[in-house]
Amino acid sequence: MEYLSIIFSETYKILFLLVPVLISVAMIVWLDRRIWAFVQKRQGPNVVGPFGLLQSLADALKYMFKEVIIPSSSNKVIFILAPIVTMTLALISWAVIPFSATQVLADINVGILYLFAVSSLGVYGIIMGGWASNSKYPFLGAIRSAAQMVSYEVSIGVIIINVLLCVGSLNLNDIVMAQESLWFVIPLFPMFVIFFISALAETNRPPFDLPEAEAELVAGYQTEYSGMMYAMFWLGEYANILLMCAMGSVLFLGGWLSPIDLFPFNVIPGAIWLILKILFLFILFALVKAIVPRYRYDQLMRLGWKIFLPLSLTWVVLTASFLFYFNLLPTN
Amino acid sequence: MLAHAIFFYIFSLIAIVSAIMVTVSKNTVHSVFFLILDFISISCLFIMIGAEFLGMIMLIIYVGAVAVLFLFVVMMLNVAQQKNQWFSARESSKHIPVGLIISTIIFFELIIVIGGWKYKPDLVSSMSLNIDSSISNTHAIGYVLYTDYIHIFQLSGMILLVAMIGAIVLTFRQRSGVKRQSYFSQISRERSDGVELIDVPSNKGVKSDD
Repeated sequence: MEYLSIIFSETYKILFLLVPVLISVAMIVWLDRRIWAFVQKRQGPNVVGPFGLLQSLADALKYMFKEVIIPSSSNKVIFILAPIVTMTLALISWAVIPFSATQVLADINVGILYLFAVSSLGVYGIIMGGWASNSKYPFLGAIRSAAQMVSYEVSIGVIIINVLLCVGSLNLNDIVMAQESLWFVIPLFPMFVIFFISALAETNRPPFDLPEAEAELVAGYQTEYSGMMYAMFWLGEYANILLMCAMGSVLFLGGWLSPIDLFPFNVIPGAIWLILKILFLFILFALVKAIVPRYRYDQLMRLGWKIFLPLSLTWVVLTASFLFYFNLLPTN
Repeated sequence: MLAHAIFFYIFSLIAIVSAIMVTVSKNTVHSVFFLILDFISISCLFIMIGAEFLGMIMLIIYVGAVAVLFLFVVMMLNVAQQKNQWFSARESSKHIPVGLIISTIIFFELIIVIGGWKYKPDLVSSMSLNIDSSISNTHAIGYVLYTDYIHIFQLSGMILLVAMIGAIVLTFRQRSGVKRQSYFSQISRERSDGVELIDVPSNKGVKSDD
């Protein structure tokens, strides 16, 4: 009986988190297309519902009623597993994101490591999809994305070490609380820029969308997918983008803290501040997609290994020396 | 406690079954996927005994990086067809003695370790550190790794570095006649290097250098 009540209350909490996340993923797709259109002086989706808000819903319905085609030469089990893995991994990482000091599903000791681990598992959905399709373009896309995501994970890891040096804890709520007086975006601004660019590469967003570069690889690892399975890849991708924005706002923009600790601002609940910060970062993501041309693959690798990695490693040494010299190292 | 036991048996069952599947499955790529499943369930077991730091690091390093490269190599080499030939070929039997010797050694090592742990616990506890159980295990590892074990830690780093340099040296070859892009010379190029304005007299044309 006791276990049952635990299971029910936890399921309720999980649904309360996941349903808004899924709805906001659908909305964010609309926002992405809308911003993209406005930068290029187009209208974008504006027909379905007010301002075209229901466009994603209409798209999802269309995908649901389409036939799911499984290629006869594909490896069927892995082919079906791939979008499921992408979607699941994109959703389970939301468990540790703190929406306020108490509103967090799992307040674990190693929250930031959990986020990093789950985001590094995200590559498997893409590799599995690309390999199981048993076709040239998806395979090339999968190989590209494996190399790309492993490379940029390294610099994201080093950037996380920078933040951890200033916090002294792996708990996400501790990371947020450490920024009460000063958001980390100010002292660690170069790291914030590198994190943002690495997040673009980690989520296969333009200008680093080489795994699905439509000019050379048709649609990369998604080429053989259709119907709801394609839509799941798509949802997983956008949920991952949102997650990277959430990670950026927790690590650098103070998470659920209000920008100024004054009366009208500090009564607004933390969840709203976090959502506003995520939205801000997402709008930057969408703008980058609209303005920057796609990178060449060797330039992408050079940027990751020869520029970002040495730069972030040097910054670790700098941060550690600074904290040590001025005796600011966190103690707990 | 009951829920704990149920989860323990679920994870360890998945770990053992997938470890067996790594060796028996015909397709090499499937073997790597089972290896990944094995890693994930073992890191779940680590988390269950309260070693959440080790579990997460296991996920990040083994599943997030090492297994991706495994998969990368296995997919690129297309070992799936070769392996079937190995099994059918006659001369494959000469690998069996080597495998037997290695597996016997590992088996006896496990017997020694587990037996010592079971029947003479003070042998193991004399080696272990007195760790304050009130701090999180991330802190606990941090306190000993860079103080008591700094030399061993640095040494293992050195071994990895040597392995990395060795791999680079083995695969590095300098090919002649390859045109490389030099970002520095590209950026430092002036307008006068590339463009020249010439007044062309009418009906005469101009003679170019090349």
